[in-house]
Amino acid sequence: MKIRLATVWLGGCSGCHMSFLDLDEFLIDLADAVDLVYSPVVDVKDYPENVDLCLIEGAVCNEDNLEILHKIRARTKVLVSFGDCAVTGNVPAMRNQFGIDNAENVLQRAYVENAQNNPSVPKADGIVPQLLANVVPVHEVVHVEYFLPGCPPPAARIKSLVAQLLAGTAPKQEGEQLKFG
Amino acid sequence: MAAKTLTIDGKQITAEEGATVLQVAREAGVNIPTLCHLEGVYDVGACRLCLVEVAGVAKLLPACTTKVAEGMDIKTDSERLRKYRRMTLELLFAERNHVCAVCVSNGHCELQTLAYSQGMEHVRYDYTFPKWNVDTTHRLFGMDHNRCVLCSRCVRVCWHIEGAGTKNVSGRGSLSKIITDLNQPWGQAASCTECGKCVMACPTGALFNKGVTVGEMERDRDKLEFIVTAREKKQWIAE
Repeated sequence: MKIRLATVWLGGCSGCHMSFLDLDEFLIDLADAVDLVYSPVVDVKDYPENVDLCLIEGAVCNEDNLEILHKIRARTKVLVSFGDCAVTGNVPAMRNQFGIDNAENVLQRAYVENAQNNPSVPKADGIVPQLLANVVPVHEVVHVEYFLPGCPPPAARIKSLVAQLLAGTAPKQEGEQLKFG
Repeated sequence: MAAKTLTIDGKQITAEEGATVLQVAREAGVNIPTLCHLEGVYDVGACRLCLVEVAGVAKLLPACTTKVAEGMDIKTDSERLRKYRRMTLELLFAERNHVCAVCVSNGHCELQTLAYSQGMEHVRYDYTFPKWNVDTTHRLFGMDHNRCVLCSRCVRVCWHIEGAGTKNVSGRGSLSKIITDLNQPWGQAASCTECGKCVMACPTGALFNKGVTVGEMERDRDKLEFIVTAREKKQWIAE
């Protein structure tokens, strides 16, 4: 049975997924070992049931992120916080420093104060998700089995972790493989 | 001076009276992680990363400020020490805004290096995301309080190597802050000699040369070492 692999993109720049694509020829080995059941590079709309392994890129920034994260946890055996945004909050979480009204303030700054045309905060219920009051790393919302730091994690680091997980061993990462930034 | 005999990690060691556990361990090739320690200035035991176990003493002692004593039996690595070192590092990361990805010291940072060398792959405490400013009023240097770990290395080099006394610590606890003169903007601190020793001493991205961007802040410690060697050994050895 192939391992059912998912990768998701929450509040991040997709750099971790770019680094994932940098796995080059290992992607061919990977394709033999896994079914990619959900990913930004796969045209599947809903997160499926019975996923074995999910790499989560990005911090938890908005209501959509929060909703899918709970769904992912309920439907997945092993979660990996994939990259600094998922692990620490990183750049998306810098808005937290602006205090209690930070979500409103950054939207005002971006869409009103700095707008040249039609200054207004985008609002479309059910389409544009509301920002959460604070951005949080993934493990502050759901239990996470493993952490893969890096901005982005270099392809070799991703390969090392994924290969160990596919081999059924608890991944051991140490030294520079754990470097943030 | 009288010699003391002691044991570090099972090794029998002879040391000079008055030496610290850290000095003796390093001479014996035993690596103890440090952050607030800087060669050439006195130690303050601020960061608690160099904690060691001493047989017969219930609490953990900082190696940098503990003097050797006859018959001491010291352990520098154990499950308990690793637990506390990792906890200390995680608390440092949670206390201020250490965003490695966009930091001037990314790749050259002692805090970042300590974190991965101690196996810190995530922070278990909630981040506090405090609001701190960046002082860029000085002509040559900047101070980013978001990245400060309050090690006080900058304060100690300013007072005890340069002798200017510009830098100080104000406040208490997590609200402690490195200040210049009487909490004036750095650019208006009349006592600053613009020597840059504080910038050379900083372990993180808190103090930086103006004009550097992400990952560009590589520190030149040679000048500090030059002065310290001259002072301690009376030798003017330039690179």
